[in-house]
Amino acid sequence: MKKDKKGQLASQNLLAWSLLLPSFIILGIFVFYPMVKTFILSMQLTDLMGNPIKFIGFKNFLNLFNSDSFGTSFTVTLIFVFFSTTLTLIMSYLMAVLASQKMKGIALFRTMFSSTMGVSVTVASILWLFMFNPQIGLFSKILTLLHLPQINFLSDQTWSLIAIIGTTVWMNLGFSFLILLGAIQAIPQDLYQVADLDGASWWMRLRKITIPSTSATIFFVTVVTLINAFQTFGQVDILTSGGPDYHTNLLVYAIYQDAFVNHSVGRASAQSVILTIIIMIFTMLQFYVKNKKGAKNAN
Amino acid sequence: MSIELQHLKKTYENGEEVLTDINTTIENGQFYILVGASGSGKSTILNAIAGFIPIDEGAVIINGKDVTQLPPKDRNLSMVFQNYALMPNLTVSENIVFGLAARHTDKDIQQKKLREVLNLVHLEEYKNKKPGNLSGGQRQRVSLARALVSDAQIILMDEPLSNLDAKLRAEMRKEIRSLQQQLGITVIYVTHDQTEAMTMGDQVMLLNEGKIEQIGSPLDLYNVPANTFVADFFGSPAINLVDVSIKNDILELNNTFKIPFNFENVQGKFKLGARPENIVIKNSGQLKGKVTHIEPLGDGTNLEVDIGLVEPFRIKVSEQIHLMIGDSVNFDILPDKVLLFTLEGNLIKIGQSELTVV
Amino acid sequence: MQTSNFQKTSRLILLISVTILLLLPLILGISLSLSSSQSIAQGNLWPKHLEFGNYIKVFTNTPMAKFLLHSFIVSGLVMIGQVVLSAMAAYAFVFLNFRFKKSVFILFLSTMMLPFEAQIIPNFATMRDLNLLNTYAAIGLPFLASAFGTFMMKTSFEQIPTALRQLSDIEGLNHFQFATKVVVPYTRVSIITFALYSFLTNWNMYLWPLIATTNDKVRTVQIGLRQLRSQDTASNWGLIMAVTIISVIPTLLIIFLGQKYFKKGLTNGVIK
Repeated sequence: MKKDKKGQLASQNLLAWSLLLPSFIILGIFVFYPMVKTFILSMQLTDLMGNPIKFIGFKNFLNLFNSDSFGTSFTVTLIFVFFSTTLTLIMSYLMAVLASQKMKGIALFRTMFSSTMGVSVTVASILWLFMFNPQIGLFSKILTLLHLPQINFLSDQTWSLIAIIGTTVWMNLGFSFLILLGAIQAIPQDLYQVADLDGASWWMRLRKITIPSTSATIFFVTVVTLINAFQTFGQVDILTSGGPDYHTNLLVYAIYQDAFVNHSVGRASAQSVILTIIIMIFTMLQFYVKNKKGAKNAN
Repeated sequence: MSIELQHLKKTYENGEEVLTDINTTIENGQFYILVGASGSGKSTILNAIAGFIPIDEGAVIINGKDVTQLPPKDRNLSMVFQNYALMPNLTVSENIVFGLAARHTDKDIQQKKLREVLNLVHLEEYKNKKPGNLSGGQRQRVSLARALVSDAQIILMDEPLSNLDAKLRAEMRKEIRSLQQQLGITVIYVTHDQTEAMTMGDQVMLLNEGKIEQIGSPLDLYNVPANTFVADFFGSPAINLVDVSIKNDILELNNTFKIPFNFENVQGKFKLGARPENIVIKNSGQLKGKVTHIEPLGDGTNLEVDIGLVEPFRIKVSEQIHLMIGDSVNFDILPDKVLLFTLEGNLIKIGQSELTVV
Repeated sequence: MQTSNFQKTSRLILLISVTILLLLPLILGISLSLSSSQSIAQGNLWPKHLEFGNYIKVFTNTPMAKFLLHSFIVSGLVMIGQVVLSAMAAYAFVFLNFRFKKSVFILFLSTMMLPFEAQIIPNFATMRDLNLLNTYAAIGLPFLASAFGTFMMKTSFEQIPTALRQLSDIEGLNHFQFATKVVVPYTRVSIITFALYSFLTNWNMYLWPLIATTNDKVRTVQIGLRQLRSQDTASNWGLIMAVTIISVIPTLLIIFLGQKYFKKGLTNGVIK
């Protein structure tokens, strides 16, 4: 693989480009082109088939910001993202700490804890659909048992969002758990041995060793969970269909509804642009932190 | 299979010179050592011989043929790497015939050669194991066998022993050297370890910042170092290098010690080099100082004695002596073993005889 | 560290309780799938006696067998595509020198921050215009190239020691031989990890197969499940749960088999 000969360099160029070409064609057609197209559509008035009629600048965006339904959508999306991310992180971290101890049979528990990673959004939603069922569901049974009034989880404005958050957190736990467990297991044991010599409590060890040593991974899991949360669709589609009164109408579900049910492609595209910008910001934040960390490690 | 390096030059893109005008001839059957600190350019030379990196100027000649523009596979050489470069999924045997298989050598010939080299490196009983189940020394033997099996008459070795522990290193040094002599192959061996350079090589090239400091047999480099860098590189403890002035057959050291020294026609300021083992401790010694460090070795003793110079004097004696830190010692430098360098560091005299060639 | 028996027991109890709580929805799903309709209608969470009829009905009364097959085909094809294309691209980035390498790499990198969900409108139009709706191509094509996979493969190719490349140069291996005799065997764990992860993700795809299919021709099991829940079978919890459980078995198997590798591989691919 010498590069001092022009011919060899040229053949390397050719080989490299032929290896990259298939990926490029796919990315070009299904990622780059749609992105540009979405930006264009977001500034167009469109007909029912989604064909652009005329350029209207930022009018789609202005209409969005003035619409109550988008206001509700956007607000509940932010609430949803905040709570589902926070809860996923806290719960999966505690599970990871619990499963990081060494004992007989721990591998089985680790597998169990990570199992929701394999559960699809459909399966998760249907399992929880039953949990929330007002007649025969588990929660209804528990409420009866405690002599509490019944709750219509999926048709109450507040509870329906909580139900979606609960289902999402449950689904997310497996992946976050697995990644966090890996980070915790990578902490050098001698740090804990020193802490033991100092007689540090469980809480002190967690606060002074475990959490600081895994901060990079915590950050990573947070951003990934956050980005996924913004892209939530299936849970809403199966559990609440965005209702009641848009109170679970998360951004991607709103895009889907506007594009494929209401046939207002311009509006859907404007929302897609907003989603893209949000995700870009968080991804770039992640790249930035990763590079800063990388640069620091290199020194 | 001789190798000639003619005016090799290599400069990195940032302008840093890695090699400046490297010339040497490596004879057939020689064990040739490239030694130096990291960044001295020794691995770059090896990579240039192998053809892994392009060189800016100069030529690599193997057996009279200019191979500078040839890819590595056409240079008829093989290589042993520091980190063994074994495929973890292949067995010892499969790893050894890796190259033969790639070149589609006949299966029967592969097996015959495999048996021969397994025998040579004593790995018969491990032939079906995976590298993961072998010790570092055994892995390096596999790597060695893979280099031997290829029929290449030149083997390049890139710090092959530096991942092994001290005892194993000593064993492998002997083993590699005797294999090389038994098979009559040419070995070019890169190391940063002066012991390996001294004990294994027929010929040694000492490199420093991309330049050749000296080429010669190990003992030449030790006894007749071209300059203070070479003198300082070989020998443990390191040679004593002190500023002296000589006037009328009197050597003056640190303004305090004046010793009669019979250097013919030499006057002025110099650097004097005295190997620790060329110093004798005796009560009548003309140099005197206090012991600052003592290392009993069992078969001898290493001492450091402060006589008021920047560095203490390093002394190596072959008997056990019972001194304590702080004790006073008198010693003499053996005059016929002394090395005399110019202040720039070039050798001009050995002992009391004139040095003809530098 | 000394641990008393009491501590050990309480830890074990804690682990078991968390496991049960976590898996409760799944456990209840299995329980319902083994219950008769009457038992469920009476509000029982557990069957009085096990009933396997629901699992038989899945295959006799619903098109689920077909949907499962579709899912296997799509997931498998996309998996193969992703592994092959990612490995090819990663090989170029790691082992070849070519012009614009840095810019091309950044271009790859940038696709990671463009959410597919925001691009469904033009992608649907593309598929419709190409007359590909309701084909495997429609479901699979957009996902054949994977920036994530390319990075994961790139990271693992970079672990191959320089010495192995040099050895291959000396022995005269060409790029194809180097790729098949050194790169693939050396990184097979990463490749398998990515393949399993890819299959899992493909199997669980939801939004895009929903949009790209308008009839049962190539519909996947996930979309089939959604359909089941919105049809007249909606109140037949036993049947729905049986389908649910069947559909989750392949991915749970992958998790059980690949857990160890996922932990390492995903961390390597993404964080480092």
